Amino acid sequence: MATWLRTVKLSIKSLLLHPLRSALTVLGIFIGVASVIWLLAMGEGIGQAAQEQIASLGANNIIVRTIRPSSDDLEVGGYGLTRKDFVRIMATVPTIEKALPIRVLTQEFRYKTRYFEGRLVGCTPDYAEVTRLQSDQGRFLSDADLDNERNYCVLAAESSERLFPAANAIGKDIMVGEDFYTVVGVMKSRAPSAGIGGSLDAEDFSRDVYVPITTLWRRIGDMVILTKPGQFQRDIIEVSQITIQVDDRDRVLQTADIVRETIAMDHTLEDFGVTVPLELLQQAQTTRLMFILFLGMIAAISLVVGGIGIMNIMLATVTERTHEIGIRRALGAKRRDITRQFLVESTVLSIAGGMLGIGGGLFCRPISLLVRSELGRWFPDKMATLPELIRTMEPLLVSWSIPLAFSISVVVGILFGVYPALRAARLDPIEALRHE
Amino acid sequence: MLVEANLAAKIRDLDKDYVLSSETVHALRGVSFDVPSGDYVSIMGPSGSGKSTLLNLLGCLDRPTSGSFLLGGDDVAHMSDDQLADTRAERIGFVFQSYNLLSALSVVENIEVPLYYSGQLTADTRQRCVELATMVGLESRLKHRPAELSGGQQQRVAIARSLVNDPHFILADEPTGNLDTQTTDEILELLARLNAEGRTILIVTHESDVAEQTKRTIVLRDGQILSDERR
Repeated sequence: MATWLRTVKLSIKSLLLHPLRSALTVLGIFIGVASVIWLLAMGEGIGQAAQEQIASLGANNIIVRTIRPSSDDLEVGGYGLTRKDFVRIMATVPTIEKALPIRVLTQEFRYKTRYFEGRLVGCTPDYAEVTRLQSDQGRFLSDADLDNERNYCVLAAESSERLFPAANAIGKDIMVGEDFYTVVGVMKSRAPSAGIGGSLDAEDFSRDVYVPITTLWRRIGDMVILTKPGQFQRDIIEVSQITIQVDDRDRVLQTADIVRETIAMDHTLEDFGVTVPLELLQQAQTTRLMFILFLGMIAAISLVVGGIGIMNIMLATVTERTHEIGIRRALGAKRRDITRQFLVESTVLSIAGGMLGIGGGLFCRPISLLVRSELGRWFPDKMATLPELIRTMEPLLVSWSIPLAFSISVVVGILFGVYPALRAARLDPIEALRHE
Repeated sequence: MLVEANLAAKIRDLDKDYVLSSETVHALRGVSFDVPSGDYVSIMGPSGSGKSTLLNLLGCLDRPTSGSFLLGGDDVAHMSDDQLADTRAERIGFVFQSYNLLSALSVVENIEVPLYYSGQLTADTRQRCVELATMVGLESRLKHRPAELSGGQQQRVAIARSLVNDPHFILADEPTGNLDTQTTDEILELLARLNAEGRTILIVTHESDVAEQTKRTIVLRDGQILSDERR
């Protein structure tokens, strides 16, 4: 033990005789080890982000949405999911635990002189639970409200803020389009849900007003007329979205296929889309794999380059110190003592790189956040084209990546130190002594 | 005639051949002599006489082609590479012409090196090394690096180092070759003092001034002993 300690001390001493050379050698290992830690942290960050996204949409959910087909196919103006679709999937798909029809319109909401434009969401009582909305004041919609098609509404946090900045909203009558609705509850604010490209955009719940879907169907109807200068558009939509909750996570994908086919039977137009948040997981997995592969390659390359650097320096050192090797051999060093000395030296180099790399790895999060915000400042367009997952991902340090990185550095030191060390040990002591 | 037990080294019919491409060079041909404990021997001879070859064999840096070299009952001729290293670490003290100190180490650390390789390095050996440094007159330079010392001082460190493992004999290769006359005298005085204390010393040299200080001179020529005279 004491001998080893001494060998290590001696190696550090002789490495410090050439501080710049040693530092440059260490650099390669530093980059390799730091990237091992980074890649694991980023992989973890992506995994975590994906988990959160899935949680925000509900991992057991299937979202079926109305999509406006290209206007060439549109003749009568009616498209999308229908009340009949809803009834049929409820009747035919047994794995559905809950399904809620939703109708969303853009509307203007007024209370006295205040007004704002927001989303009018016709929904059922389950909506709050499925979208994880929490009640702040009053209550959410009830089954009785739906059955009786009452003119009741519930405000999202920001909607309430806009119409009633100082007063309590409960019991007040607000004007929605041409009708009055009584406020029965206010919800807490909720972070927007993530978008999953394609059929499902990010959903912002902050400016919502929730009313019973039956009331919406009766009072507002299915027709939406949009007039812009030079354009007249008339859409007839019965249901904007059906959110389905499946009883078992394993059956989500299967159920989604059945739902898709069931609805497609009655639709001639491509006017609906099925989104499965669970599929996000697969997408996230791919992104994660890509990242790990990419960084893994950088790590592997820099570790090999770093290792070659070590080997290079050690070979130079062996030549440079041939005389020293001769002296040591004359004074009683065995071949394995010489091997050990040079092996310890190369390992000390790589461990130094490993330690620094671990230090660099610990700064992963602040550095990557800084880099991202700087990139966002200088190249906002480029950044916007990156996948959401990468733009918002925050690296999470994986605890076992540190011992792993450390072991990798030790292995590299030994692996690339073996050849120079053996070469040193093979020198003939007489020749080595004569070498100047 | 001294009894066997008092022999520091016993050399019998030592041959050493080198094969250079197609030619075989006989560097040593049947060299035999005994070195009693406490002897002070100088080995002389012109270049090409086999002096360096004999030095390498005596220093256990090489094995003879034939013959025997008994060192405390063990025949060096049949030792493995590791055994040779152990023998060098435990039984031989080297002093070189160019001092051959390790430049990264201090005076005391240099003296310690043979102990390190013979596995005898312990907490108390440091004290012993300090004592040896004091004995050669370097008590005020214990922490100095070789580069900070004069040639004579470096050679003193080397002599202290050669004593640290309490060797069967000290093997000095031209120990004064790099030194001026005054320092040469100082080093020879030190060696004579060590011999007077009972140390066995072999000096390989080509300077007759140096040889004259020893008790016995062996002259080599063409790989054979030309003369072996005691003063």
